[in-house]
Amino acid sequence: MGMEGIGARVARKEDKRFITGGGRYTDDMVLPGMKHAVFVRSPHAHADIKGIDVAEAKDMPGVVDVLTGRQLKADGVGNLICGWMIHSKDGSPMKMGAWSPLAVDRVRYVGDAVAIVVADTKGQARDAAEKVVVEYDEKDAVIVAAEALKPGAPQLHPEAENNLIFDWELGDAKATDEALAKAAHITKMHIVNNRLVPNAMEPRAALAHYDKAEDHTTCWTTSQNPHVARLVMSAFYNIAPENKLRVIAPDVGGGFGSKIFIYPEEVVCCWASKKTGVPVKWVADRTESFLTDAHGRDHVSEVQMAFDADNRIIGLKVDTIANFGAYMSLFSSSVPTYLYATLLSGQYAIPAIHANVRAVYTNTSPVDAYRGAGRPEATYLVERTMETAARELGVSPAELRRKNFVTQFPHQTPVIMCYDAGDYAASLDAAMQAADYAGFPARREEAKRRGKLRGIGMSNYIEACGIAPSAAVGSLGAGVGLWESAEVRVNAVGTIEVLTGSHSHGQGHETTFAQLVNQRFGVPIDSVSIVHGDTDKVQMGMGTYGSRSGAVGMSAIVKALDKVEAKAKKIAAHLMEADESDIVIENGELKVAGTDKSVPWFQLALAAYTAHNLPAGMEPGLKETAFYDPSNFTFPAGCYICEVEVDPDTGVTEIIQFVAADDFGNIINPMIVEGQVHGGIAQGIGQSMLEGAHYDAGSGQLITASYMDYCMPRADDLPSFQVSHQNTPCPGNPLGIKGCGEAGAIGSPPAVINAITDAIGNNDLLMPATPERVWAAIHVAKH
Amino acid sequence: MYAVNYHRASSVADAAKRGGGDAKYLSGGMTLLPAMKTRLAAPSDLVDLSRLEELRGVRISGRTVTIGAATTHYEVSTDAGLKSAFPLLCRFASLIGDPAVRYKGTIGGSIANNDPAADYPAALVALGATVVTDKREIAAEDFFTGLFETALDDGEIVTAVRFDIPEKAGWEKFRNPASRYAIVGVFVAKKGDGVRVAVTGAGDDGVFRSKEIEAALAKGLDQKALDGISVPSDGLMGDIHASPEYRANLIAVMAKRAVAQAAG
Repeated sequence: MGMEGIGARVARKEDKRFITGGGRYTDDMVLPGMKHAVFVRSPHAHADIKGIDVAEAKDMPGVVDVLTGRQLKADGVGNLICGWMIHSKDGSPMKMGAWSPLAVDRVRYVGDAVAIVVADTKGQARDAAEKVVVEYDEKDAVIVAAEALKPGAPQLHPEAENNLIFDWELGDAKATDEALAKAAHITKMHIVNNRLVPNAMEPRAALAHYDKAEDHTTCWTTSQNPHVARLVMSAFYNIAPENKLRVIAPDVGGGFGSKIFIYPEEVVCCWASKKTGVPVKWVADRTESFLTDAHGRDHVSEVQMAFDADNRIIGLKVDTIANFGAYMSLFSSSVPTYLYATLLSGQYAIPAIHANVRAVYTNTSPVDAYRGAGRPEATYLVERTMETAARELGVSPAELRRKNFVTQFPHQTPVIMCYDAGDYAASLDAAMQAADYAGFPARREEAKRRGKLRGIGMSNYIEACGIAPSAAVGSLGAGVGLWESAEVRVNAVGTIEVLTGSHSHGQGHETTFAQLVNQRFGVPIDSVSIVHGDTDKVQMGMGTYGSRSGAVGMSAIVKALDKVEAKAKKIAAHLMEADESDIVIENGELKVAGTDKSVPWFQLALAAYTAHNLPAGMEPGLKETAFYDPSNFTFPAGCYICEVEVDPDTGVTEIIQFVAADDFGNIINPMIVEGQVHGGIAQGIGQSMLEGAHYDAGSGQLITASYMDYCMPRADDLPSFQVSHQNTPCPGNPLGIKGCGEAGAIGSPPAVINAITDAIGNNDLLMPATPERVWAAIHVAKH
Repeated sequence: MYAVNYHRASSVADAAKRGGGDAKYLSGGMTLLPAMKTRLAAPSDLVDLSRLEELRGVRISGRTVTIGAATTHYEVSTDAGLKSAFPLLCRFASLIGDPAVRYKGTIGGSIANNDPAADYPAALVALGATVVTDKREIAAEDFFTGLFETALDDGEIVTAVRFDIPEKAGWEKFRNPASRYAIVGVFVAKKGDGVRVAVTGAGDDGVFRSKEIEAALAKGLDQKALDGISVPSDGLMGDIHASPEYRANLIAVMAKRAVAQAAG
């Protein structure tokens, strides 16, 4: 390992501009003549629009125009789509209701966009927005998915009878029922995975500029995947053909999944810029973020896990209702299906699994992928059930898991996935040792003497990253392929630009991707620039989500680097009159192995561009492009242990220690990986103890629409994390990478809840486990 | 925020001339300014009291403490005289909000706003404090009249708060995990005329004295006197963070801890 190569703890190059206020976000972009947009939004969860009067608003000072859904439709702007087709078990396609970027006849959740006001200043746009008169005919709203399925519930979309989008299944129902029938023990659980609001630090924003002279639109937007945004806006929303549409996602301040999707606002801004002839900027305020960023999770499941007399799992049956909110967001349908049910085998050899998933419309914000996307829901379900089973069976939770671990690889689960590599016992052992699991009973006794309830819980998660062979996801309904592209441009002086379809919005790609180049060519990372996030610079890419940038994005770079290296070696061999196979690259030089002959990297690059002395027939230059399509998912896994102390008088829970033992495969930059784990665990602890979107059931108003009521984790809510790695390289990609971006958020919630329920002696506890809920659970357990 | 006229008052008398009607007095602005930014408040004029020297500072005379209305929480928490005469109040002020709030927020602003989850109302009621205005003096217990309601007349200005240092006192606060405002805060103070226990954050109608806990402590500040005490949940607030029953439990628990603190 070099100072800056693979495995080095290199400080992040990009942090200099971020921590000195030099980042360039969408809201930092200013264009001549730029105007500001404010959206008029529905105050009702469910209502018919009887009329919209914009006359007074248009006369307000500074107003350029006020535009409505009818105008948008008249101009042919398309409805928003969900890009992953799911078929119900009866073979019928999912029932997608129409989602107009500006509502035309009906609003379906509080925050639904109704009109856009464009004015000289944001304040003027806001003033004018208050003057837009929308006549609503209010209808009953339904918030809870199970309620929405009941006869007589308010109906959201004519396309989806009984609000049911699909009724899908995976696995073998018959084999699973047979396993349940012959089980020695069945653990039954009612599992609720609470709805979360993403809360990226930077709110969503869009700046659209229609250039009439060129008939060309440029859209700066807070996107995790600008190329997909361009593709979708071009192919489905009729904004402009791809060659007339440039999408730029500059610095983006966090996404966590919520910035994957193409939202109404960027579509409407592009249209409004063309319509008004001025550049139009919109920046969400925090309330809009709470109301309209796609929320995460919101599953309710019934679980039955069957064991034989030897405590081996023989079957798992799951029935899940997934709340999709008012509209189908871009990848919403993939989350509770192929990103969820496929992970229900956990780390365990389970011969029979059956999952049934019903997706349901309700009058709430659309729900889509949020850090982990389906895998946190699967992990929470499996790991809460395992811990509960151990308690019911009277055996050690660790040993029950160990007995059921998958130990032979590859391992084909009954739910599509084929695990390629792992060592689950290694992470379990490491975590138990780090947590001094054996010493817990003594600590519990000591706490008891102080009047505190101490508990310990674990979670042995597995997840799937680097999704996945394009042909495979295509066969499962994906509307896109999930490969990645890379272009490596060696400049004439030897500095290097890497163009990637991955998008960095906090991940540190500018550092880690440069480390990869350093490892290969010895070029200092400061001489390597990572270019991303602009459809005019990078030809095509699939963006960053699902922990795919390492396993897929960097693999594409490896392929491009391979091509560069091959050509560089040919040139070096020619210059030094050696055989190509004898050329090695070391310390920034191309050498003839076993001799003192060498050509410095920069000289080689110059030779490629002067082209004075190249091998016969070789094209000048040193620039290569590659596309990489993964051969499988990758399967990060690990063991998390959480130890808590509960104050029985108040229900306040303190996390005493949190141990993470992860297998991420090979690691490029351990410091960045640890940062990802820390952030993920913070979000997981947030979900399990602090965060939860709460709607008023009657009115459909989002109660938790500000930080006064929605509790984000803060530093003093969290302990120091003990993080370690037990890595088995992934055999499926050239770097042996598995992915680390979501594991913390996936693995931690069940560890926390298992610990609290252990402490209080009551397994019936909802997330977030607030002090009141914990206190009430203790109170119930006592009586 | 809507357009607003800003005036920096040159004196209390000048401020009084400009106040009233659709004008609002501005002190630390820790509640008013966020409400204006989100367009939930729309005063025509802001009359800024925060720079008036006559409203600032802590004065101690014998056992009597007078705190100017525009004195910030930070100034109260670090006042040298108060630190030796009544350190609990310094600690109390150091637990309000966060550092930004403590540097800007003031005692007068806090009590004039009378947020049902604010800390100062509990302290003032338990201490039997007097609220001094530009027109009169009002007993704290009569000053706080309901949620965000006070006995202040239109345009009346709080100039100071005055109280005698108690023999013993304690303060315990249970914070809302999200906002970190008090879900329940209990201030216990013992003076010659008995023990007063005031509760913030919990009452349907704002700050109140707990009859049950005061009765239990009538013979003195003894933690054991609160063993098994039950506080009724009638009249307590319920929201997504805490039901009335949970708040009732917290009142008893926080009272016990405040008493232990006062006794210790």
